[in-house]
Amino acid sequence: MTLHDAYASATETTEGRVYSVTGGDWDSLVTEIGQTKEERVVVNMGPQHPSTHGVLRLILELEGETITEARAGIGYLHTGIEKNTEYRTWTQGVTFVTRMDYLAPIFNETAYCLGVEKLLGITNDIPERASQIRVLMMELNRISSHMVALGTGALELGALSPMIFAFREREKVLDVFEMVSGLRMNMAYVRPGGVAQDLPKGAVAKIRETVKELRHNFKDNEKLLVGNTIWMMRTKGIGYLDLAGCTTLGITGPVLRSAGMPWDLRKTDPYCGYEDYDFDVITTDTCDVYGRFLIRMQELEQSLRIIEQACDKLDKTEGQPVMVADKKIAWPSQLSVGSDGMGNSLEHIREIMGTSMESLIHHFKLVTEGFRVPAGQVYAAVESPRGETGVHLVSDGGTRPYRVHFREPSFNNLQATSAMAEGGMIADVIGAVASIDPVMGGVDR
Amino acid sequence: MSENIGMFGASGSGDTSGFGGLVRSAANFGSSERPYGSYFDEVADELERAYPEFSDAIEKVIVDRGELTLHIKREKLFETAMKLRDTESLRFEVCLGVNGVHYPEDKDRELHAVYPLLSMTHNRRIRLEVSVPDSDPHLPSLVEVWAGNNWHERETWDMFGIIFDGHPGLTRILMPDDWPGHPQRKDYPLGGIPIEYKGATVPAPSERRSYR
Repeated sequence: MTLHDAYASATETTEGRVYSVTGGDWDSLVTEIGQTKEERVVVNMGPQHPSTHGVLRLILELEGETITEARAGIGYLHTGIEKNTEYRTWTQGVTFVTRMDYLAPIFNETAYCLGVEKLLGITNDIPERASQIRVLMMELNRISSHMVALGTGALELGALSPMIFAFREREKVLDVFEMVSGLRMNMAYVRPGGVAQDLPKGAVAKIRETVKELRHNFKDNEKLLVGNTIWMMRTKGIGYLDLAGCTTLGITGPVLRSAGMPWDLRKTDPYCGYEDYDFDVITTDTCDVYGRFLIRMQELEQSLRIIEQACDKLDKTEGQPVMVADKKIAWPSQLSVGSDGMGNSLEHIREIMGTSMESLIHHFKLVTEGFRVPAGQVYAAVESPRGETGVHLVSDGGTRPYRVHFREPSFNNLQATSAMAEGGMIADVIGAVASIDPVMGGVDR
Repeated sequence: MSENIGMFGASGSGDTSGFGGLVRSAANFGSSERPYGSYFDEVADELERAYPEFSDAIEKVIVDRGELTLHIKREKLFETAMKLRDTESLRFEVCLGVNGVHYPEDKDRELHAVYPLLSMTHNRRIRLEVSVPDSDPHLPSLVEVWAGNNWHERETWDMFGIIFDGHPGLTRILMPDDWPGHPQRKDYPLGGIPIEYKGATVPAPSERRSYR
């Protein structure tokens, strides 16, 4: 019998007869397959599948409902950010890298800026207040990122309410970002030498209030999920990856800590003054999705602790500079609000337009051409919500990067999909991927 | 050292968009002298002890900005990596991937591969750097040493055209499978592909007449 179904056409391959099913009549397919002895089903999940965390494609080979082989296809969101930065100044690079892992923009910016500062040799000249603001923003960002991880992770496993609570909390953090930087995402707020502008009046008070609210509201999701029988059945023992697997695959972040390893760059290799903050590194030894979920839940509280300490420190450094003192590197003007919105401060405009031609030249050269960075290469890393965000920078001594490479934890950790999913059920692959918490903007860059 | 001018062929202009007057030249560092400082001397000593042929494998050692870079000959890369991972006093159990850098002016060493290594046991970091000529861009794959290098090596192949011999499946990872060229190389222009829109083809920016 010959069959003419455009949706279920069979092709002869070296491995035998292959039927592609993309719709159409199931009955006609079943009739044609007939009595074939061997049956192997390959399911293509994504790249436009609601529960694959963005444009991720999973190619799953099944035997019944058990996965025998899982592969991840990526590259659907590749934007060439690394290449683009080579054609812009070192400062403009911040605007690019903030868009990589779009759920953790502050971490991309900080890693990049720490790298540039290391190349410039000004790591120790960064004002205290700038580092404190960076820590404050990073920990707020960790909360907003973990909120998305928890919310979407639960949503993908069929628990809808946690998502609503998680996004409610995330919104509060984004409000703070908006107040501090003017933008809710992709802020380009951390700059080589410091931060773009000081905290606005009343920001610390507002953040303290937000911390109180968040601490109270986090209980909602805790009550919904921690110890919830259905949630535990979907997550316990799922997506198993032990310490040996983590190290050989270069896994960092909550996945590594779920294997019992207390590895956190904020403790092991502190930057931005993290050694002066009191907080705990959360671990579990379950190596599974539930363990990673618990780690993220408890890291929220640790982040709140750090934010509170940062607020106390910021009270003491009120009015101090937030940009390096070296005029050859520091952005020439500080932003301020005028009658038509945010822009260069009036004093600065007055100086460059009315009194000092040298200031105008200085401003023009620094903004258009940028500063020169001595030749060499460095690697700088921060602990992002997903693990080690490392940046490898190469300078040829010019005003633009010679090479910018991001070692994205999402990209690296996504390789664990096969190890976590193979041998498990098809429904559990969703939980495993969600526990890696990949952000495709970071994976593909 | 030769100069590489920006993509539109403009020279000496005040254009700061990055496209005109973009001068690039490769930086070349000399080897550092002992003592290296920090834990770097200890790492070098231990590696020499564990790997007698080390002096044969090493091209140069560079200590710069508090980071140690070991330039390794590509024939010895695999052995060096194994020693670095398995020797107890070194124990670099994590490789944070591999990253390519293209230096078109560095004759017969055009393509560099850079491996940042991390030892969680000793909380130490070092960097391996290997160079290969553009005409023979082959490197041994380190997937057997650190499985996590799989995707990183695929990315470096995709972006720079470095071939990692022994890789279980060296295919493109970020660009489409049929993509011509390796976009991160310096001789590959930014946005260097024609744009197809509404049936018409707009040439790549670098090919447009008005810029010539």
